[in-house]
Amino acid sequence: MAANPMTQFNVYRIGPEVKVGAFDISFTNASLFMIISSVAILLIFSFGSKKNSLLPNKIQLLAELSYTFVSKMISDTAGSKAKPYFAFIFSLFMFVLFCNMFGMIPYTFTVTSHIIVTFVLAAFIFIGVTVIGFMKHGFSYLKLFVPSGVPAVLLPLIVVIEIISYLSRPVSLSVRLFANMMAGHTMMKVFGGFVISLGIVGGWLPLSFSVALTGLEILVAFLQAYVFAILTCIYLNDALNLHH
Amino acid sequence: MIKKIYFQSIFFSFLFSMEAFSAESGGMPQLNPEFWISQIFWLTLTFGILYLVLSKLILPKISTNLESRKSQILENIEAAEKQREDSETKLKDYEEIISKSRLAAKTIFNQGREKALKDINAKREVLDKQIDDEIVKAEQEIKILRESAPDKINKIAIETSSELVQKLIGAEINNSSISAIVDDLSKRNGDKYYGN
Repeated sequence: MAANPMTQFNVYRIGPEVKVGAFDISFTNASLFMIISSVAILLIFSFGSKKNSLLPNKIQLLAELSYTFVSKMISDTAGSKAKPYFAFIFSLFMFVLFCNMFGMIPYTFTVTSHIIVTFVLAAFIFIGVTVIGFMKHGFSYLKLFVPSGVPAVLLPLIVVIEIISYLSRPVSLSVRLFANMMAGHTMMKVFGGFVISLGIVGGWLPLSFSVALTGLEILVAFLQAYVFAILTCIYLNDALNLHH
Repeated sequence: MIKKIYFQSIFFSFLFSMEAFSAESGGMPQLNPEFWISQIFWLTLTFGILYLVLSKLILPKISTNLESRKSQILENIEAAEKQREDSETKLKDYEEIISKSRLAAKTIFNQGREKALKDINAKREVLDKQIDDEIVKAEQEIKILRESAPDKINKIAIETSSELVQKLIGAEINNSSISAIVDDLSKRNGDKYYGN
C-alpha cells in the first residue's frame, strides 16, 4: 500500500515548543505556509504598486487587475456601501487564493485544508457581519429572519428556517472550502499512489488522471477562493442593505 | 453541484476507508486539536499583518495609481479634444483668409486689366492720330509730287527733245517751240499716263 493520503495534512512543529500559559503556539508547517502566502501577496502587491507608469508593467498590471476584479466583485454583490470593507475582502480573497495555490505545489502544506483555519475565518466573518448588521439597523436587523410576503401561517416555520440557515453560514462557509481542498488533495495523492503501485504497465491511466486532476484542482483553488470571497460579500450585503 | 457531490462522496468514502488503515495516526489530522491553538494564533497574526499592510500601505497606493491614470487619460483626451477644436478653428480661419485673398487677387487682376486696357486704348488713339497725321502728310507730299510731276516731265521732255534734235539735226531749235509741242502732246496724252 502506498503512503497514507492523509499524512499530507499532518501538522508538525518546526523548532522548539512555544507555550503561552496553557496554549501551545509553536511554529508549525501551517504557520510557515501562512507566512509564505502572506509574504508572497505583500511582495507582489508592493512591487505592483511601487511605480505608477502610464503604461503598467506586468506585475503592476497583475496588481491592478486583481484590485479592479475584487472591487468589481464587491460593488456588484454588496453595492457601494461595502466600500469600507474592500481591504478586508481583498485580503481575504488573496489569502485564501494564495494558500490554495501554494498547496498545489508538491510537498507543500495546504493551510486551507484545515477546518480550524477556515472555521476561524468564517466565524470571524459571521460575527463581523452580524455586528455590522446590528450596528447599521439596530434591532430591525432581526427583520432579516422575517421575509416579506409570506403567509402568516407559514411564518413561524420560515423564521425558524431562516435562523437556522443564518446560523449555519459559518459552518457551510468553512466546510465548503476545507472539504474541497482536502478532497482534491487526497484524491491527487491517491491517484499518485496508484501510479506507483500499478507501475510502468498500468500506471499510465492514473497518471493521466492525476494530470487532469491537477488542472481541475488549480481551477478549484481559484474557484473556492472566489466563492469564499463572494459569499462574504453576499453576507455583507444582507447586513448593509436589509432587503427582507 | 455535481462536482461538489462527487468530491464529497470521495471525501466521505476516504473518511471511512481511512479509518481502517490509519488508525494509528488518528484518522484525519484536521480533527486533531493538538495544534488548533497554534493555527488560530498564527492565522490571526499573519492575516492581521497582511490586512493591515494591504489596507494601510498597498491598496491606497494602487487606488491612487488607478485614479491618477484615469484622470491623466481624461486630461489627455480633453487636451486632444481642445487641440482638435483649435485646429478646426485655425482651418476655418485659414480658409477664410484664402477666400479673402482669392477675392482680393481677382479684384486686383480686374483693376489691372481695366487699367491696361485703358492704357492700350489711349496709346492706340495717340498712335492712330499720329498715323493719320503721317498719312495726311504723305498724301500731301504725294499730291505735291503729282502736281509737280508733269511739269518736270515736260521740262525733261523739252530738254531731251532739244538735245535729241540738236544731235540729230545739228541745229538749235528754240526751246519755246519745243515746249509748245511737248505741252500739246502731254495734254493730249496726259490722261493716258496719269489717269486723273
